Amino acid sequence: MKQVMTGNTAAAWGVRLARVDVIATYPITPQTTIMEKLAEWVEKGEFPAQYIQTESEHSSLAACIAAASVGARTYTATSSHGLALMHELLLWASGARLPVVLTDVNRALAPPWNIWTDHIDTVAERDTGCLQLYCESNQEVLDMMLFAYRVAEDRQVLLPMMVIEDAFVLSHTSEIVDVPSQEIVDQYLPKFEPEFRLDPSEPFGLGSVAMPDQFMEFRYRASLAMDRAPEVIRKALGEFERAFGRSYGGLIEEYRCEDAEVALVVAGSAASTAKAVADELRREGHRVGVARLRVFRPFPVEEIRALGKRISTLGVLERAYAFGPNGAFTTEIKGALLGLLAPPRVKNYIAGLGGRDIRPEEIRRMFLDLERVSQAGLDREVEWVGVQGLRWAEGIP
Amino acid sequence: MTRKTIPEPEYVLPGHSACPGCGGTLAIRYMLKALGPEVIIAVPACCWAIVPGYWPQCALRVPVHYNAFEATGAAIAGLRAGLDALGRKGVTVVGFAGDGGTVDIGLQALSHSAVRNVDAIYVMYDNEAYMNTGVQHSGETPIGAWTTTTPVPGATLRAREPKKDIIAILAAHQIPYAATVSVGFPEDFVKKVQKAQRVKGLKFIHALTPCPAGWRFDSSKTIQVAKLAVDCGLFPLYEVENGRWIISRKTIHHTLDAYLKVQGRYGRTPPEIVQLIQQQIDAHWQRLLALEAFTAAGAPGSAPAPTPPPSGAAVDSRLAQDAAP
Repeated sequence: MKQVMTGNTAAAWGVRLARVDVIATYPITPQTTIMEKLAEWVEKGEFPAQYIQTESEHSSLAACIAAASVGARTYTATSSHGLALMHELLLWASGARLPVVLTDVNRALAPPWNIWTDHIDTVAERDTGCLQLYCESNQEVLDMMLFAYRVAEDRQVLLPMMVIEDAFVLSHTSEIVDVPSQEIVDQYLPKFEPEFRLDPSEPFGLGSVAMPDQFMEFRYRASLAMDRAPEVIRKALGEFERAFGRSYGGLIEEYRCEDAEVALVVAGSAASTAKAVADELRREGHRVGVARLRVFRPFPVEEIRALGKRISTLGVLERAYAFGPNGAFTTEIKGALLGLLAPPRVKNYIAGLGGRDIRPEEIRRMFLDLERVSQAGLDREVEWVGVQGLRWAEGIP
Repeated sequence: MTRKTIPEPEYVLPGHSACPGCGGTLAIRYMLKALGPEVIIAVPACCWAIVPGYWPQCALRVPVHYNAFEATGAAIAGLRAGLDALGRKGVTVVGFAGDGGTVDIGLQALSHSAVRNVDAIYVMYDNEAYMNTGVQHSGETPIGAWTTTTPVPGATLRAREPKKDIIAILAAHQIPYAATVSVGFPEDFVKKVQKAQRVKGLKFIHALTPCPAGWRFDSSKTIQVAKLAVDCGLFPLYEVENGRWIISRKTIHHTLDAYLKVQGRYGRTPPEIVQLIQQQIDAHWQRLLALEAFTAAGAPGSAPAPTPPPSGAAVDSRLAQDAAP
C-alpha cells in the first residue's frame, strides 16, 4: 500500500514488518521520531514488541545484545553522538556474533553542535564489524530494514548491521513509500532461529575470556563472515527483487557508467542530485556516470575494481572529514584499486558537511573537473567544496 | 542435629581460578544455591569475568552472559525483555557485578533498571576496590583502607572518602527489595536471596566479600573477617522491603580493633582515623535504628505496602501518585 511518509516513519515500518521482538532506544535528534512511532504502535497494541527506553545509547545496544543472546530479534536506532557512545558495544555485538540491526540517521558530531547530515558518525565506526548500508530514498530505508535482518541473521554472516539515512533530507522529508504486505515480508524474512541461545536448559558462557592461543581464531572466523557477506548480500538482493519487485543494483549501484569516461562515487541522498546532474551533462554530450556506494561494510572490492577497469578517472564525493590524508571512502577505494595493473586516477571532494547543501552546480563542476583530470592528470588529490571564500577546481569556468 | 537451611546442589564447579579464600566465590556459590538452576546471569568486567575459566571452559552450571563493564544494568533489562518476548517463563535473571562495576562505572545503567523496576536480581559482590586490576580505589573503598591509588602526601596510601551508600541510593529508587549480606553469615545470605527471588521487580543485594589478596589477610581468615565486619557494625546486615527498613542483626560489638588489625590494608592506621571510623559506625547505626523505627508498620514514615508495579510501568504509576491530590 502506497503512503506518504518520512524516512524515519519508513524505518519504523521496516521494524514493525520485520516483527522485531525487542526495541531499546534513547532519544537523539534526528532519530527520535523513529522511536516515537514505534512506541505509539506498541501502545496501541498494533505491534507486540518489548519496548525499552534506556538511559543512554550505550545501554540501548547493551540491552539489544543481551536480548539477542537469548534468541530475540532486536532493534535500536540512533544518530551521531549516540552512535559514538555505542562504539564499544558495536564491537561487542560483532565479537559475540549477534545480528542486532540498527538505524543510524547520519548527523555531524560536536563541537560545534550540529544536528544535520554528515557521514562522520557511521564512517568513524567502520572498524567495528558492523555492516553498513547507505540509503538514497525513504523506500530504500524501509526495504533495507527487512533486508538487513535477512543478511545479518544469515548463518554465513551473523554480524550486526546498520541501515543509514541522511538527517532531515530523508529522516524528516516525506516521499511516497510502498509499504509491503505482512504476508510477503513473512515469506521473505522468516523468524530468527539462532543456532545457540542462552538458556538454563543448556548452560554455556557467551563472551568469556579467550587466551592469546585462542583469540585470533575468533577474529579470523569473523573475517571469513565479513568475506562471505558480499555474496550473501548479492543473493539477498536478488531474492528481494523477486519478492517485492524492486531492485537496488548491488553493493554499488551504477548509474550511466557503462561507457563513462569519468564517474563520481557518492553515498546517501546526494546520489539523487548527482544522477540528475549526470543526466543533464549526458544531454550535453559528456560521458559521465554515478556510482552509488550503498554498502561500505563489507567493502565492495570487486565492484570498485570492475569500475576502475572501465573508467579512467573516478571522483569520490564524501560527506565526512576523517582527519586523514583524504576521506575514508577514498582511502579504501584507492586501496582496492591498487590491485589493478593500471588503476584509475582518484580525486576526493569533501562537501556537504554538517548539513550544508550539495548543489547541482557544484556537482556539475566536479564532473567537469574530473574530465579535466582525465585529460591533464591529477593536480590536487583533495578538494573542499563549498567552503565560503575557498576556491576549488581552478581552471574550470 | 542442625536443620539444613542451605540447599545442597552445587552450581560452582571445581576448577575455577579464584584465589584461595575468595569471598566473591563464596558469594556466587551461596547465591546460586539459593536460586537453583533456572537462572541466567549477566557478569561484567570483574574477577568473575575471569574466574569461571577460559573459553570453552565454564565453572558455572548456569548460562553466563558476559557484558561490558558499565552495562550490567542494561544487560539484565535486555535479558528479561528477550525472555518475555519469546515467552520463556520461569527464568530468574541475575546481574552479578563487583563494586566498581556497580557503584562507579555501572551506576547509570543500574539506576535506570531500578527506576524501570526490571524483574531481576542484582547482586553486588563488594571487595571494596578494583581487585581484578590490582587493588585500585573504588566508590566502595572505606575510609582508612590502603589501595594503590589513594595517595596521601607524606603518608601511606589511604582512602579518605566514605563508602558510597548504595543501599540508600537504591532505596531512593523505591525498588521493592534491597538487602545487605555477608559471606560470614551464609544462612542469612541464602534466606535473603530466596526472598528476593519471590519478589517481582528489581531486587538489590549488597554482599560483603572479603578479598585476602587485596585486604592483605591470610586466606584462612575470610569467614572471620566477614563476621567481624558485621559484628563491629562497619557492615550491618539489614533489609529495605517496600520502603520498610529492617535490621537483621540487632547487636553490634565493639570489635573494630580486631577487624582492623587482622587486615594489612589498615596497617599502622593512625588513632585519629580509627576514631573517625568508629564515629562513622556509630552514626550509621543510629541512622539505621531511626530509619527502622520511622518506617515500621504504623509509624509516621511507614508507607502502605505497595504492590510492586510490573516491569516498565514503574514510572507511570509513580507519576499517577504524584498527580493525586
